[in-house]
Amino acid sequence: MDVVIRNLHIAFPTAQGESVAVRDVSMRIGTEKLGIVGESGSGKSLTARSILRLLPHNARVTADELSFDGIDVQRASEKQMRAIRGRRAGLIMQDPKYSLNPVMTAGAQIAEAWRMHRPKGQSRSKREAMQAAEDLLTQVQIRDPKRVAAAYPHQLSGGMGQRVMIAMMLAPDPEVLIADEPTSALDATVQAEILRLLEDLVSRRGMALILISHDLPLVSHFCDRVAVMYAGRVVEELRAGELARASHPYTKGLLDCLPTLSHQQVRLPVLVRDPSWLE
Amino acid sequence: MSAQAASMSRRDWLLSENPASRKQAAWGRRYRLWLEFRGNPLAMWGLCTLVILIALSMAAPLIAPFDPAAQNLGNRLAEPSWTHWFGTDELGRDVLSRVLYGGRITLGMVVAVVALVAPVGLVIGIIAGYFGGIADRALMRVTDVFLAFPRLILALAFVAAIQPGITSAIAAIALTAWPPYARLARAETLIFRKTDYIAAIRLTGASSWRIILRHVAPLCLPSVVIRLTLDMSSIILTVAALGFLGMGARPPSPEWGAMIATARRFILTQWWVPLVPGVAIFFASLAFNLLGDGLRDVLDPKQE
Amino acid sequence: MTDMIEVADLRVHFGPVEAVKGVSFNVAEGASFGIVGESGSGKSTVLRALSGLNPDWTGSMRIAGQALTPKRSRDFFRRVQMVFQDPYGSLHPRQTVDRALSEPLVVHGIGDIEGRILRGLAEVALPATARFRYPHQLSGGQRQRVAIARALMAEPEVLLLDEPTSALDVSVQAEVLNLLSDIQQQRGLTYVMVSHNLAVVSHLCAQIGVMQGGEMVEMLSADDLRAGRAKHPHTIELRTLSTELEET
Repeated sequence: MDVVIRNLHIAFPTAQGESVAVRDVSMRIGTEKLGIVGESGSGKSLTARSILRLLPHNARVTADELSFDGIDVQRASEKQMRAIRGRRAGLIMQDPKYSLNPVMTAGAQIAEAWRMHRPKGQSRSKREAMQAAEDLLTQVQIRDPKRVAAAYPHQLSGGMGQRVMIAMMLAPDPEVLIADEPTSALDATVQAEILRLLEDLVSRRGMALILISHDLPLVSHFCDRVAVMYAGRVVEELRAGELARASHPYTKGLLDCLPTLSHQQVRLPVLVRDPSWLE
Repeated sequence: MSAQAASMSRRDWLLSENPASRKQAAWGRRYRLWLEFRGNPLAMWGLCTLVILIALSMAAPLIAPFDPAAQNLGNRLAEPSWTHWFGTDELGRDVLSRVLYGGRITLGMVVAVVALVAPVGLVIGIIAGYFGGIADRALMRVTDVFLAFPRLILALAFVAAIQPGITSAIAAIALTAWPPYARLARAETLIFRKTDYIAAIRLTGASSWRIILRHVAPLCLPSVVIRLTLDMSSIILTVAALGFLGMGARPPSPEWGAMIATARRFILTQWWVPLVPGVAIFFASLAFNLLGDGLRDVLDPKQE
Repeated sequence: MTDMIEVADLRVHFGPVEAVKGVSFNVAEGASFGIVGESGSGKSTVLRALSGLNPDWTGSMRIAGQALTPKRSRDFFRRVQMVFQDPYGSLHPRQTVDRALSEPLVVHGIGDIEGRILRGLAEVALPATARFRYPHQLSGGQRQRVAIARALMAEPEVLLLDEPTSALDVSVQAEVLNLLSDIQQQRGLTYVMVSHNLAVVSHLCAQIGVMQGGEMVEMLSADDLRAGRAKHPHTIELRTLSTELEET
C-alpha cells in the first residue's frame, strides 16, 4: 500500500477570486505512522481528505499525481472510490457525538459496517455480524463489549464513543486509518489511552496511520514522521524523534510558544509570522 | 460631472471597509444588504410590484377615473372599453376605480394585521422561551388553543360574534394569525438563551427586558419577517375569504375579496368583473412571496 | 492582604446529581487561582456559580467581603466579569464589536462611550478598524480579544476565565495568555481561571486547585506542581501526562 501525492493544489472559488487552501504539497505515505500538524486553516485536513476524495464539492483539486495503491484518485469512478473509502481506508473524525448515528446502537452500527464490507459469497448473517461487532469492541479494549454494543451513542462517554468509532472503522480491516484530530474533544487521560490504542492496533495489523492534529508534541510522540503545514504548504518534514532539531522557524516557534511545566516563564515567546514563509 | 463625483464618493463612503463613525457603519451595513437584495431579480420584481400596487392604491383618489360607488344602472356589466378600461359591474360601477380603491382596503387590512401579529407573536414567544417554567407553559397552552381551531372558522366565529366590518375582520385575522409566530419565536429563543453570548450579556448586568428586546428579539426578527411575508398571501386570501363570505368589508366598499364574491354570478358571462380583482390578489400574493424569498436570502445568518 | 474571593463549602446540584461537592478556596486580591480538572469534574460549574449564571447553589461565596446571593445586583456585575471558552460562541453574531463593547457601558450608565471603546480596543491590541466588524469577520484570537475587552469595559476587579485559550491555536494561545498577564499587572485584577491544561493554568496562576468528580482533591502552588511535589494520585497523573509530551 502506497499513497502518493505530488504537487497537490486545492482551491476554493470566492467572491474575490480563488483562494488557495493547499499548494505544492507532495508526500509519499507507506505503511507507517505519519503525523500532519498545523494550525487551523493550514490545509492539513484537506490534504488528508483529498486522498479519499472527501472534499467540499466546490473544491478545485489539481495534482500531478494523487494515487491510492496505484489507483488514480482524480480519475477513479465513484464506485472505485467507494471501494476505497470505508473498506481500504477508514476515517476517524474529531467528535464521535457527530459522526455516530444517534438512533442506532453502537453494536448495530459496527455490525452494519462489518456486513457492508463483507466480500460477496461469504455469509453475513445478523448474528455473525453482531458477534463480529462484539469482537471488534473487545479489540478496542472495551471491557464490557455486550453492554456497549447495546448502548446508544448518547449513553457513551466521549472516549467510549471514539473507541466505538475506531471499532467501526476497523470492521472492514482497512489498510490505512486517517484520524482527523481524533482526541481533541477528549480529556488528557482519555486522549493518551485512545492514542496508545491506535498505535497498538496500527502496529499489530500492519496498517498505515495518518494522524492529523494541531498538537505538535502529541503527534511527534505517537508517529514515525511528522509533516508540518503552514498556510497550505508543508514547511518541514521531520523524523518524530528529532523535533528538537527542527530547522524551520515556524516549527520552532510552535514549540516555543507552548507553556510548559518544566520551568516558569513570565511571558511566552510569541510566534512572529515571517512573510517569506509563504514564498 | 460634479454630481457624478459626489455620488461616487457617497458609494465609497457607504462601502468603506473602515467606517469612521457609527452612523457610517450603520448606513454601510444597510447599503450592503440592499446591494445583495438588488442582485435577486425575482425579489426585486416582488418589491417593485408591491410598491406599484401600494402607490396606485394610495393615489386612487387622484387617478381613478370614476367614483367607485357611483352607480350607473343604464351601463351595467359593460365590456371593457376606452371609458371603462376593465368594464363595469352589476351596478354599473367602474371596475378599475373599484379595484384601485379596493387596494386601499385590502392592502390596508393586510398591513394592519401584520402590525398587530408580528409584535404580539414575537413578544409572547420570546417571553415564553426566555423565562421558561410557568410563563412558558401558560402562554404555550393559550397558543395551542388558538392553533387548534382552523383559522377561517375561528375568524368567522369571532366576526359573527361582534359585527361584520373591516375593524372586526382585522381583529379576527390577527387573533388567528399570531400563534405560529409565537411558536416560531419561542423555538428560536430556546436555542439562543443557552448560548454563551446571551450569558455574556446577562453578565453585563442587563435586565431581562433589555436582553429580550435588544438582544434576543433582533435574532428572532429575521425568521419572523420571512415567515410574515410568506404568510402575507394567506392573510390576503383570508381577508378576501371573509369579504367573500360577507364578514369583512360591508358591501358598498370595494374590497377585492368582496368584489369577487358579488361578481361570481357572472364569472362565465361577464368574466372581467371577477377577474380583475382576482388578478390583483394574485399579483399581491405572488409579490409578497417573492419578496419573502429574497429577504430570506439576505437576512439568513451567514456566520461561517 | 485581604482575600478578594472566599468560597466555602460550595455545592451545586443538577437535579439528583451533585456536580460540586463542597468546594472551598480563597483568592487574595490581585492573585490568580487556577482550577484544573477533566470534563465533568465540576470546574466550570464552580465558575458559573461564582459568576451568577447558575443560581442553584448552597454554601457561602464572598467577593470583597460581601456575601453573594443567588440573585446578583447590578453592582456585582460591575465588579466581576467573565471570559468564555469559545470565542466563536460568546459574541452576539448580529452585533458589531462596537455594540458588544458599548453594551456594558450603557447598562451601567458609564459615560464617554466613544473614548472608552477606542481605549478598550487599544488595550487588547486590536486595530481601531475592528470596531465596526462583525464577529464572523474576525479570527478566533481577535474574537477572544474582543471578549476580553468587553469584560474589562466596566472596569471589574475580578475576571473569571473559563478555558479562555482552549479553542485557539497554540500561537494565538501564547498571545492571549501574555495579554491576560499584562492586563492583570496593569489593573491589579484578581483572576480565577478554569482549564483542562495543567501547563496553561500553572503559567498564569500561582495557586492551583485540582478537581475530580466534583471535589477539589488537592490545592498546591504552581511551584510545587513544577517541582513534582503533588500528593494526590489524580494530580500526579495529570502532571505525568503533561510532562510526558513535553519531553519528546
